[in-house]
Amino acid sequence: MDLSVRIGSLTLKNPLVAASGCFGYGVEYADVVDLSTLGAIVSKGLFLSPREGHPAPRIVETPAGMLNAIGLQGIGARRFVDEKLPELRARGATVLVNVCGTTLDEYVEVSRVVSDAEGVAGIELNISCPNIKEGGIQFGCSLTGTFDVVSAVRKATRLPVIPKLTPNVTDVASFARAAEDAGADAVSLVNTFLAMVIDVESRRPKISNVVGGLSGPAIRPIAVRMVWECRQTVKIPIFGIGGIADARDALEFLIAGANAVQIGTANFVDPFIWPKVLDGITDYMRRHGIARLGDLVGSLDTREDTADPTRRCKTQT
Amino acid sequence: MPIDVPARVLANRRLSDDYNVLALDAPAIAAATQPGQFVMLKPGIGHDPLLRRPFSVFEVLRDDGGTAAAITILNKRIGASTRLICDATPGRRVDCLGPLGRPFTVVSPPSDAWMIAGGVGLAPFATLADALRGRGVATTLFYGARRGEELFYLDFFRAAGVDLVLTTEDGSVGERGRVVAPLERRLAERSAGAPVMLYACGPEPMLAATARIAMRYGRPCQISVERIMGCGLGGCYSCVIPMRADDGSVHNVRSCIAGPVLAADRVVWE
Repeated sequence: MDLSVRIGSLTLKNPLVAASGCFGYGVEYADVVDLSTLGAIVSKGLFLSPREGHPAPRIVETPAGMLNAIGLQGIGARRFVDEKLPELRARGATVLVNVCGTTLDEYVEVSRVVSDAEGVAGIELNISCPNIKEGGIQFGCSLTGTFDVVSAVRKATRLPVIPKLTPNVTDVASFARAAEDAGADAVSLVNTFLAMVIDVESRRPKISNVVGGLSGPAIRPIAVRMVWECRQTVKIPIFGIGGIADARDALEFLIAGANAVQIGTANFVDPFIWPKVLDGITDYMRRHGIARLGDLVGSLDTREDTADPTRRCKTQT
Repeated sequence: MPIDVPARVLANRRLSDDYNVLALDAPAIAAATQPGQFVMLKPGIGHDPLLRRPFSVFEVLRDDGGTAAAITILNKRIGASTRLICDATPGRRVDCLGPLGRPFTVVSPPSDAWMIAGGVGLAPFATLADALRGRGVATTLFYGARRGEELFYLDFFRAAGVDLVLTTEDGSVGERGRVVAPLERRLAERSAGAPVMLYACGPEPMLAATARIAMRYGRPCQISVERIMGCGLGGCYSCVIPMRADDGSVHNVRSCIAGPVLAADRVVWE
């Protein structure tokens, strides 16, 4: 059974990827997960310099989800390369670095730092964090900003470039198109949904940043729809992200058109989730006689079937 | 290395309207737990509530042969997950991940040990009291609660040879007021040459006050903090607390893996 996924020049051994900001730097999980068994891990978002992030409280639970505003606390790209990357390499992890910037130049500089390091397999461009004022989202919410930052990083590195898109726009697919036009090797979607939770007794926001990003099973159906829309718009691979908590959730994204999936919030609930999801996907492929994962990708059947009303689907125009 | 087990609820002992002690069949976790460590529990099934909750390991229960067989946790009903823990019936399964976090450093004689607990902050001190008794350390528990009915396990600590100093906010048992008041008096009376390690767990204002008093009297103090925690493994960066580094700079430190036990004189209280 072939579970591999091609992303530009990179081949992932399977479609399961640990989402940025949900897996620390990867080394934190080395005791509970064999990092070499994952398709890839995506580091926490990294700027050029260390950042302390927002004060606590940084998360609050919501129905079937959670809101976070960590504020991209991180050790900076150079310390990541010096202090974390060697252990990740030794453990056989495929490492994608989530690259952040407050300016276009910083994106380029961070991309150069990680491209020069041994053992980085690709760059996920964070242009979608909803929780910091400067940088990131200002690129991710503008089609020209998205195009410009992807183009600039594309010129600065030979590594696969994978912009991570925000769902907090009217038409995610047009941003996927802008990324593809700028030379992206793939897109990750979606980042979290901007949201807020209020304590009515104190009339205070429940997290220090007032607003934060919603993740978890609550957002999954919206994320699946966005992946499906983007699949019809771009040819490059898609990392589907949003509330995946088991194999069936992952399969939904793959059928909708994702080539690989990222798991984030569910890893907090169950750090032993990875082999369970992988086994579930292979069981499904065996049951359905699918030899190559790629044959499953984008296999959604939306044909109208008048004989069976439960199969009556309306294709989007 | 932490493990995750679907632990069977062995017993659920109600202590008051909103406190209970839940015993969980988790022998491997019980055997590996050191005083001050915690577990992440998922008391419900499905996605609501979604996240696990951190709980100090309260007791390590042993069988007749002395082998660690189960853990208990001390629970105070506050929200949805703690309500499920409160209502958990024997036979149910609770996903239990642990043991996690950095434990207390257990002192030896000639140092004495003073444990300072506020409310549900009693939780890490039963296992610590056992460890201290094993080393022959003279141990005192300063224990404060809202009212006398919320001072629990006093006989347990007495049986462990622990001296008790009790306070209640309503004055129904022990001294009226906050637990840090008798702590400060005892420290003022104590000879500078008599070493004592302070261990504190409870609400953050109490921890901050204890840390200030410890520094004022030049005593080492380990505090166990409880912050809103997403994963317990260092992945989510939710549970950070500002701490001062050797060079004086302040950094947000993950209390799940750097703690929950932290050096009180390094914590920067907001």
